[in-house]
Amino acid sequence: MDIQTKVGDGGWSKGKIALAVVGAILLVFLPVVLQGFVAMSFLVRILAVVGIYVMLALGLNIVVGYAGLLDLGYIAFYAMGAYSAAVVGNLFVKAVSHIGAVGLREFLTSSTFIFMLPVAALIAALTGISLGTPVLRLRGDYLAIVTLGFGELIRILATNNFLGLTNGAMGMSINVPNPVGLVAMQKPVINIPAVGFSFQFSVNLYWYYVVVLLICFTIFIVRRLDNSRLGRSWVAMREDEVAAASVGVNIRTAKLWAFALGALWGGLAGVVFANFQGFITPDSFSFLESVFVVSMVVLGGMGSIPGVIIGAALIGGLPAIIQGVAQSPMLASVFHIDAPTASAIANYRYLLFGLLMVVMMAWRPQGILPSKRRARELHPEDEKTLEEEDQSLWAVEHGIDGSGHDL
Amino acid sequence: MSDTQATVNAPGTGSASAAGDVVLHVGDIHTFYGAIEALKGISLDVHKGEIVTLIGANGAGKSTTLKTISGLLHPRTGDISFMGEVISGMKVHDVTAKGVIQVPEGRRIFPRMTVEENLQMGAFLRTSDPAGVTESLEQVFDLFPRLKERRWQKGGTLSGGEQQMLATGRGFMAAPTLLMLDEPSMGLAPVVVEAIFETIEKMNEQGITILLVEQNAAMALQIADRGYVLETGSVALQGTGKELLVNERVRKAYLGES
Repeated sequence: MDIQTKVGDGGWSKGKIALAVVGAILLVFLPVVLQGFVAMSFLVRILAVVGIYVMLALGLNIVVGYAGLLDLGYIAFYAMGAYSAAVVGNLFVKAVSHIGAVGLREFLTSSTFIFMLPVAALIAALTGISLGTPVLRLRGDYLAIVTLGFGELIRILATNNFLGLTNGAMGMSINVPNPVGLVAMQKPVINIPAVGFSFQFSVNLYWYYVVVLLICFTIFIVRRLDNSRLGRSWVAMREDEVAAASVGVNIRTAKLWAFALGALWGGLAGVVFANFQGFITPDSFSFLESVFVVSMVVLGGMGSIPGVIIGAALIGGLPAIIQGVAQSPMLASVFHIDAPTASAIANYRYLLFGLLMVVMMAWRPQGILPSKRRARELHPEDEKTLEEEDQSLWAVEHGIDGSGHDL
Repeated sequence: MSDTQATVNAPGTGSASAAGDVVLHVGDIHTFYGAIEALKGISLDVHKGEIVTLIGANGAGKSTTLKTISGLLHPRTGDISFMGEVISGMKVHDVTAKGVIQVPEGRRIFPRMTVEENLQMGAFLRTSDPAGVTESLEQVFDLFPRLKERRWQKGGTLSGGEQQMLATGRGFMAAPTLLMLDEPSMGLAPVVVEAIFETIEKMNEQGITILLVEQNAAMALQIADRGYVLETGSVALQGTGKELLVNERVRKAYLGES
């Protein structure tokens, strides 16, 4: 598996290869180290959650960053994935429970989430197309409002136990005791008492590695998309729909592909989330979550894979880290923080996060690591030219010779 | 193929050109914007190798005609056929795929793509012919040396004239059978307009049939084999470029003579 893709982007200089190798080693072994120390093991869980956000952000990046369609209801696809994993997954477990052979039955049961990945991806992609079709003509703020409504619609359907499938606000549990291979991996225990290191493979670690593998797969696909014909048609469409159509881009198809492919990753992330948590409720798919994912894409740099990963890591990770650190027993013992104070500190995490967003947007609107093209779109020194461009277009559209004669 | 047209001075169709096959046939199209009838039965023919121009005042229906041909708008009645195949009702990208390329009004280049990326985008549908695309790119740079100088510059930073060159070059990149230009002279200095029109003639000499919509009637009629004068959604006059240039009504209404 090509873990290096996670770090590298573009050409491969020696420095980049070194960076990639270091990154890959960190990705694989850092969680093992964290898991080994009791005080830090909570970070493994956070890393896995952050990984899920990275997947979501990479998926939304297709819609927002590449195709330029603002989707404020992206979390709906995540919900579709999670609920597909729960509903279809539980049916699957029920079905295989009739198999006589114990070994096969247990293997199939514990592998449920793997079989659910393509199922949820398909369901989410179809949901994406069903959202995309009616909003084909909408752009900008209008599109944003409709997608926002769509995101809420899915959440409310889940809350109201749609077709008796979702068990409403009570939530659903996923009836898979242990994912495939976990029990075997938990057997070896490594103890180094001298430094207080005691390692046993954990559920958190398991899902962390699943997420990392899926992220690598996501990056592999998304990079190819970006360099594809479809990718180019998205760029053209983002810049000017009429001009894109006039060079032969099928706007309808390009938009539907963007919605479907974006939604697909949301669905995959949902499967992992549902199985990781073991229990899902509609609360996990609130509008705030959609906003977070959009923020990740914008903060990191629209259209840039490394940027979006950094954005997701910051926004997905920082609040959790602040909360985790504030509530960790180690810190509590050093600073004598009691539980209520700790949770009060943790509650400020979104204030801090909001502040960070404001500062970022003022200081670096193109994002932390913008894509080359997106940076062009937002460099201040270009704004003048773009304004003039808009004015002359306006003049042209209104039949006014506003710009005068120019060469 | 000439049919019933509301012609005032009907000099026959295609008399001056090497009137070969009909490339584009527009038969009595009526196009509406909501309830407003913008085209009240336009009929025209474009023959292979011709430069045909549509002239007329603001709101006469020139651009609407072009948009209807290219598939941006659809006629309520009437038919449009290209190389004998009905194209009215087709989507823009399907019409483009047939070889009918529109250089849209107001240029509409991709402002954040470089000049070369813009041109490459023009060849979006020529997937099976990379060598041809490279050749076309060289031809565009021959036609517009200015674009070669600005090759790596963003489209949005070009001047109006250069943007028109880029839009025209982008159209050329699609290897069009019929290239339709919508007001290429709009907002440009006379010297630039002359340069653009020269390249239109050059592209025509390379075998591209041209349908040119212009408010600058004098310039358009000078290079056109034939022209149609549109007034409030119908064809008021038609004839060869030369005929229309000396036509009294055209001179009064569009060439600024009293």
